[in-house]
Amino acid sequence: MADPIAETAAPSPDGWEPRIIAFLCYWCSYTGADNAGTARLKYPHNVHIVRLMCSGRIDPELVTTAFARGADGVMVCGCHIGDCHYISGNHKTMARMPLLRRTLEAFGIEPGRFVFEWVSAAEGEKFARLVRDTVAGVRALGPLDWPGRLRARGVGHGRDLQPWGAQP
Amino acid sequence: MNAVSKAKVAMYWAGSCGGCDISLLEIGPHLLELVAAADVVFWPCAADFKYHHVASYPDGYIDLCLFNGSVRNSEQERMARLLRQKSKTLVAYGACAISGGIPALANLATPEELFARSYTDCPSVDNPGGVLPRTETESLVGELEIPHFYPQVLRLSDIVEVDYLIPGCPPQATRVWEVCQAFLGGALPARAHEQLAGCTDKSVCDECTLEKRLVKISGFRRHHEAIPEPGWCLLEQGFVCLGAATRSGCGALCTKVNMPCRGCYGPSGEARDQGAAFIGALGSLLNAELEARAGELIDQIVDPAGTFYRFTMSDGDLKGHR
Ligand code: SF4
Ligand code: SF4
Ligand code: FES
Repeated sequence: MADPIAETAAPSPDGWEPRIIAFLCYWCSYTGADNAGTARLKYPHNVHIVRLMCSGRIDPELVTTAFARGADGVMVCGCHIGDCHYISGNHKTMARMPLLRRTLEAFGIEPGRFVFEWVSAAEGEKFARLVRDTVAGVRALGPLDWPGRLRARGVGHGRDLQPWGAQP
Repeated sequence: MNAVSKAKVAMYWAGSCGGCDISLLEIGPHLLELVAAADVVFWPCAADFKYHHVASYPDGYIDLCLFNGSVRNSEQERMARLLRQKSKTLVAYGACAISGGIPALANLATPEELFARSYTDCPSVDNPGGVLPRTETESLVGELEIPHFYPQVLRLSDIVEVDYLIPGCPPQATRVWEVCQAFLGGALPARAHEQLAGCTDKSVCDECTLEKRLVKISGFRRHHEAIPEPGWCLLEQGFVCLGAATRSGCGALCTKVNMPCRGCYGPSGEARDQGAAFIGALGSLLNAELEARAGELIDQIVDPAGTFYRFTMSDGDLKGHR
């Protein structure tokens, strides 16, 4: 299958900056992020926000895609339980994301790289803190570089396959 | 059809269990029709051809090559390249060739862990000297070399261009025969780009006849822990059944005998990553109003990565452990 990884640029080892993709629901969490901006709260610029109508629309595949294409961390935020604009969209999220986290851990993705939190429209301060904590956590973990790892193992191109080196 | 113009077919077995070869035999009497209309020019499981015979064929000599199995070592890679060169149409046959299949579950472990488990740590292994296999060995007849091990299990399409994908673990014989008939009838264009064959664009749930009572899941159980109530959707009963995220083609074979679908036909519909698609589906089916209850329920699922990517580890977004 066509893999986009071959075209993804590898991060430079020095001057590396964490790349965090944040999926936010429109009604609460994006408004919360907006609130942080309006209140001129400071948070690192490493987070790239993707707005969706509801956290229930955040397909787990969006998260796996983000990691597979080079994100160092992913954030998922939605309305608190009881507050979803579509009533129960976040009930799906509250089951999906912890299950996804367990799955990602089996792939060796540390829990600190995948942050899942409720952020209301009024919680600009919480959002700013969450971003600061996430960026600090991911910075401490270092680059993930999933595309580079797959490229080195021949995924998607099959060239120059290197035998596993540790055999005696 | 005279003997000169007979089509040439081949079947090869790389990193797989052998079930795919059996599934081709399973077309039964149709096998006679197949060999009447086409010459088998390579099929290690059933006919005595050697690699050097294949190497001696002109390029594009084989009309249809069914390649089963994943690629994890240098021999499998070499055969993938050789058979691509010698074949007009190359088919990734079965889950392993398409998406890694069961062998690719090993992608969740490192090569070091795999070797330790297989050759020293496994309780049934008796290897006090800790001897590990080597790729080069001196013997009475000189130096012998066995294939080199690669860091992870790859799909056939990671190595070479693939024309068709026939999914399944193994593909169902009726579907296989349909594809063979299309080939013999000239209805299968020689070149395509990873086009699915022998399956439908529906999901296993669409074909499953078990009753959906539209109740949410109140607890998960494994198959050895309880006997499912006949006639009722297994997932609703708490048995992890991947039917919702799996493309059909098998006719919901497993659920007919009360076995949950393990997902062997790969992702259904628009989904690319079967595991993520199943997590998405499962998330809307839990009987939980409170977050803590949802957490309790999902913690009952044993080995989510191995279960949700059982047949597609090499083809999902992440493709294995860091
Ligand atoms: S989840 Fe499984 S048992 Fe239920 S309808 Fe789908 S395939 Fe059938
Ligand atoms: S029911 Fe699922 S596991 Fe069984 S043959 Fe069909 S796709 Fe494969
Ligand atoms: S609208 Fe915010 S979670 Fe549904």
